[in-house]
Amino acid sequence: MSILRIIADFFTSTGFAALSLGNIGMLAVGGLLIYLGIARKYEPLLLIPIGFGAILVNLPLSGIQEEGGLIWYIYFGIRSGIFPPLIFLGVGAMTDFGPLLSKPQTFLLGAAAQFGIFSTLLGAKALGFDFAEAASIAIIGGADGPTAIYLTSRLADHLLGPIAVAAYSYMALVPIIQPPVIRALTTKKERMVVMSEVKPVSRRVRILFPILTTIATALLVPAATPLIGMLMLGNLFREAGVVDRLSKTAQNELINIVTIFLGVAVGSKMSAEEFLTLKTIMIIGLGLAAFMVGTAAGTLLGKLMYVISKGKVNPMIGAAGVSAVPMAARVVQKVGQKANPGNFLLMNAMGPNVAGVIGSAIAAGVLLALAG
Amino acid sequence: MTGVVKEIKVGPGHTVEEGQVVLIMEAMKMDIDVPSPLAGIVAEVSVKPGDTVNAKQQLMVIH
Repeated sequence: MSILRIIADFFTSTGFAALSLGNIGMLAVGGLLIYLGIARKYEPLLLIPIGFGAILVNLPLSGIQEEGGLIWYIYFGIRSGIFPPLIFLGVGAMTDFGPLLSKPQTFLLGAAAQFGIFSTLLGAKALGFDFAEAASIAIIGGADGPTAIYLTSRLADHLLGPIAVAAYSYMALVPIIQPPVIRALTTKKERMVVMSEVKPVSRRVRILFPILTTIATALLVPAATPLIGMLMLGNLFREAGVVDRLSKTAQNELINIVTIFLGVAVGSKMSAEEFLTLKTIMIIGLGLAAFMVGTAAGTLLGKLMYVISKGKVNPMIGAAGVSAVPMAARVVQKVGQKANPGNFLLMNAMGPNVAGVIGSAIAAGVLLALAG
Repeated sequence: MTGVVKEIKVGPGHTVEEGQVVLIMEAMKMDIDVPSPLAGIVAEVSVKPGDTVNAKQQLMVIH
């Protein structure tokens, strides 16, 4: 065998020979996500592992994604539907439902903002997606990453890459997307409304809430049980006051470990064939519409509450109903303070905001049941 | 609203205007500007950075 032949054989065994144009495109997309994470600080905890996962699976011949490969094993956590509920366990341990319990009527605002999900479902169906795909795209409007990943992994696994990227990108863009929608729908007088202080709630209420919510939700929307159950278990750890170790682990070490695996696994779904398509562009457009409609629906119900309460409710807090904790509540605080510098709406907006987490998980359960 | 005092922008003897940011507090990892409700001279600052403060609590006295 000549030396040249050996060199030629070696070349065909390298990744260079197998690298397709699509792979090169996806390496650029992976690089872009890492750039957005590091330079722009857009959800870096997720975009960095997602971007790197996309790079890993677009380097050919490694077998990393094939059955028995490293990513194939890591992806088990999504295939089985385990990772998103584990993230929710940590989210529950981090979430203070106090502002919601103090003003339970704000739960309605968290529900109204889910309207973006159902309107986008119709829009996606009209554009030719089947029901399972349309439902997975629509859940982007719930503004909740783990919920979007959970629902998509159950219904339309092949769209996981674009849907997760759209969901996390828009969450990072909440401070840009929401204010124009809020301002278009409210008057300055409404935005200036100062609300009464959020009062502390008793420990007994805080402990009973996660238990009773789990029972009520699981009976009403059984398919939402994995997400709501873990969310509320985490919250019970937090509020019980006697298992600080479990609460701290759920909201730090555990959620960090799962986030690493979840990010890499999501990134691994970004193959050129599945990502570089017209569908991805449509998903990104529909996701934006879902966010805006959700913000608008929440704000409009907020306006109704403003009228019913004779001006005691600032309608903007409805916009915080789109989950995306705590970004959406921060937006309300900022826009409110711009209208009235002495106005501090942050805690009032946290009520609908945390209600939005419950609302989008329940919406996911409803969509799962409808698709079932 | 409950939060932690992050930075105090004025001290006793300073002249402040209405709407001027006199204090920055932090809640939910967000910096929130607290404006002065009136114009006057700061007589006393009642809190220090790191203090947890609640709604309606006195932060400073402005004459």
